[in-house]
Amino acid sequence: MENHLLSIVTFLPVLGALAIIFIPREQLNAIKWTAAGITGIQLIFALVILSAFDFRNADVQLVEHYAWIPAFNIEYFMGVDGLSVPMVLLTSLLSFLAVFSSWNIDKAQKGYFALFLLLDAGMMGVFVSLDFFLFYIFWEVMLLPMYFLIGIWGGPQREYAAIKFFLYTLFGSVLLLLGMLALYFLAEPHTFNMLVLAKQSSVFSQTLLLGMNAGKVIFILLFVGFAIKVPIFPFHTWLPLAHVEAPTAISVILAGVLLKMGTYGFLRISFPVLKEATLWFALPMAILGLINIIYGAMAALAQRDLKKMVAYSSINHMGYVLLGMAAMTAAGMNGAVFQMFNHGTITAMLFMLVGVVYDRAHHRNIDGFGGLAKVVPIYAGIVALAFFAGLGLPGLSGFISEALCFIGAFPVFTWITIFATLGIVLNAAYFLWSYQRIFLGELNPKYADLEEINYRELFALVPLALITLFFGLYPTPMLNVMSTTLNQLVDAVKTAGMVAGF
Amino acid sequence: MTLAQLTTDLGYFIPELILTCIILVVTIYDLFQKTENSFRVGYAAIAGLVVTLFTLSTVDASTSRGLFANMLALDNFGQFFKWVVTLGALFVVWISLNSNELKNRKIGEYYILILILVLGMFFLVSATHLLSIYVALEMVSLMSYLLAGYLKEHMRSNESSIKYVIYGAFSSGILLYGFSLIYGLTGSADINEIQVILAGSNISPMLLLLVLVLTLVGFGYKIAAVPFHFWTPDVYEGAPAPITAFLSVAPKAAGFAVLIRFINVAFSGDGNPNLDSWAVLNSLNWPIILGGLSVLSMTVGNVLAIQQANIKRMLAYSSIAHAGYMLMGLVVADQTGLAAVLYYTAVYMLMNLGAFFVAIHIKNAFNTENIEEYQGLGYKAPFLGIAMAVFMFSLTGIPPTAGFVAKFYLFRALVEYGDQYFWLAIIGLLNSVVALYYYMRVVKAMFLTKIEMAETFHSAPLNINILLGILMIPLILGWMIGDPLAAISESAMQFFVH
Repeated sequence: MENHLLSIVTFLPVLGALAIIFIPREQLNAIKWTAAGITGIQLIFALVILSAFDFRNADVQLVEHYAWIPAFNIEYFMGVDGLSVPMVLLTSLLSFLAVFSSWNIDKAQKGYFALFLLLDAGMMGVFVSLDFFLFYIFWEVMLLPMYFLIGIWGGPQREYAAIKFFLYTLFGSVLLLLGMLALYFLAEPHTFNMLVLAKQSSVFSQTLLLGMNAGKVIFILLFVGFAIKVPIFPFHTWLPLAHVEAPTAISVILAGVLLKMGTYGFLRISFPVLKEATLWFALPMAILGLINIIYGAMAALAQRDLKKMVAYSSINHMGYVLLGMAAMTAAGMNGAVFQMFNHGTITAMLFMLVGVVYDRAHHRNIDGFGGLAKVVPIYAGIVALAFFAGLGLPGLSGFISEALCFIGAFPVFTWITIFATLGIVLNAAYFLWSYQRIFLGELNPKYADLEEINYRELFALVPLALITLFFGLYPTPMLNVMSTTLNQLVDAVKTAGMVAGF
Repeated sequence: MTLAQLTTDLGYFIPELILTCIILVVTIYDLFQKTENSFRVGYAAIAGLVVTLFTLSTVDASTSRGLFANMLALDNFGQFFKWVVTLGALFVVWISLNSNELKNRKIGEYYILILILVLGMFFLVSATHLLSIYVALEMVSLMSYLLAGYLKEHMRSNESSIKYVIYGAFSSGILLYGFSLIYGLTGSADINEIQVILAGSNISPMLLLLVLVLTLVGFGYKIAAVPFHFWTPDVYEGAPAPITAFLSVAPKAAGFAVLIRFINVAFSGDGNPNLDSWAVLNSLNWPIILGGLSVLSMTVGNVLAIQQANIKRMLAYSSIAHAGYMLMGLVVADQTGLAAVLYYTAVYMLMNLGAFFVAIHIKNAFNTENIEEYQGLGYKAPFLGIAMAVFMFSLTGIPPTAGFVAKFYLFRALVEYGDQYFWLAIIGLLNSVVALYYYMRVVKAMFLTKIEMAETFHSAPLNINILLGILMIPLILGWMIGDPLAAISESAMQFFVH
């Protein structure tokens, strides 16, 4: 059946951006509501995609497949499976809600919302592309709006943060490009089609590139490209800076969606296309996951700036994803992708909540508050929920996915998993300690008449809170969506590994 | 050569003949213009270039042939570059008419010199004989010297011209020395015959290497590759800005054309450069030499560009780096690699001219060439800002611009060749990360500071906006619609051999 749902959901924001360009810049409300309307429609389309998606089928669905640049066998090839559907949902949901966190942007609003929509289109394109070239184009296109969004609307160090982000990710991208070209030429016939590439996994592991195993060389090239996005230690140094300097809504997008693109890249390309090399690299990946967990938690513990603490918590949370992926078990894999989704929603809440208090108090120093629970009880309640979700309290969605990651990893990487659980303790420590310093104890008289959270802010936060609660109590629907595809991926990698003698 | 042959050949020489007539007519027209009206010559030049483009499109080059006893060749390869330089000249004349630097002076001969330069490049890109190569090269060089020094009351412009002359004379002397050695070794000056004799004899490889190095000095100077680049920044800074823009694209493109043709035809091992991959004389490891030049050019160009404050100097160093990227395609030297170079040349013409043109208008309107003083211009003049950002992204090689696709094709050629040049691809890619930094400095200055400048709105004249649009739109949309330029540059890989 021919349909264009995926093209619509990807290019709708581009149309929105064009529309915004033609709205006079004085008409702020028209600009904001256009952005909200477009992302709202996009969210509806994402739900339509979810309902049209048959989760019992592991194949890619809603496929759009056309020749594009025939000379190089480049195709316009889009489709979704159980891995991309959650990401499509996450992207459209967070984009929609982030528009409302952007309501108070105070300068050049027209440019801001146009770029925001372009960013949205780029992210969506990454998650639905099945042609590596197309994937790469979206991957790169997203950098441009992000550079401006951080660089123009960010905090005091915005220029430095923006160029650092850009340089880091471009460095990763060029390695990605090299890996992509190598795959293209090793494959027979030459192709960028990810599904065809995946079928030739054994070819890559048996040819030589630069005198080494081609699969391994390419895996490393792609790994660095994706690792910078995740970010995996030691490629993480752009993250705290960019997250802290970016305006609230952009931090939400950065942490909520952009980081997922790295791990998505592993699961979409590295794992299925380079199965043998994946198994070869599983242990280093688990160790890097452990480092991310411990290092991220320790660094978060040491922060005085609330936003920086949340930023480091992302490094910690992405560590669980890595650990779950590396284990190459059904539970670990499902846990990893579920954790990607959950971290997206939870960290989005955290960044929005930081934005709420920053808008009022104009600082984010954890020690600079005190006793706020007495003044802003609703706000304190939501922060409590978000913090508990962040530290993985049972009954909230983060717990399920982290537990699945550990369950999946334990039989494979027993000691690593045992050390990794230490991260949970540290996690609880920094969340609870900072909660205590901000909301409990003596009221800081400076904030005696702090304004309570308003309806617009609640509108952005409540859906996320409900999702966190819902999947915490009843994760089955989401796991159903992803499990068929992911189980098949795990099986495929393992079978290939057995053939190759792992 | 019989008279009949001469007349047939003349039939294939119409664009050059027309262009010569146009030059004569325009020169006479100029005689009747007063100083304050001499800008009209520019409009005449535009008309002349449009006519030339039209006649170019009527020439049938699908079967390659030699003209005038094989002094020149008519083939798709030459036609491609003729289009590139003529279009480039057209844009440059257009912006020259809007340049404040060139206002209020006798300007007629300026346009005439540009036309002669175009004619010189027509010869250069189709020359297949050592003599015609040399004469064409000198024709291009002499016109460039004159144009670089056109602002004769400015010290900088004089310095630019004299530096250009000295470096130019020196390198063409070395080139001539190389040519004389080739002639001495082979007894022929026709590059096709040279190929046959070189392939059939066993001349000492050391001697051949010497010949190659000597000729590379001559051509390397024209394309501004390191270590023959020292003239570039000063000449680019001192010359009138439209001429700098022109020098950075057209003679560079023509230089690449003659270099490709020369190496491809004269040093081809199997005598047929039209084959899919052609072996070069085994005794000569010239890809390593070119690879070295390529790495040096892009690295030195990029690293030195980082610290430039003046936009023209920055673009001068960046043009050195781009010569390095294009040389990568020559290193591979198969059909894919060379087609990628052709593609890059055309895209580079659009994006580099665009960047220069924005800089020229900013100089006109705000009297600055200093990148730091571009602050807030993205808000003050949004269209200029967006155009500059597009050109900068394209020069860096970031999608969705054609600059990315052009680089992609080059790297594709390198990776396709196998392990041998993987290192070169890695160096090239890392270089584009370095390049991001200095191109972004311009974008940063324009957009990341002084948003309040939006209150003092400035709009460039309509004709400049149209010109920028013409350069910008193909850069963004051209490759998305099936990439016609890729097909054109593939089909341009057809050389005349006899």
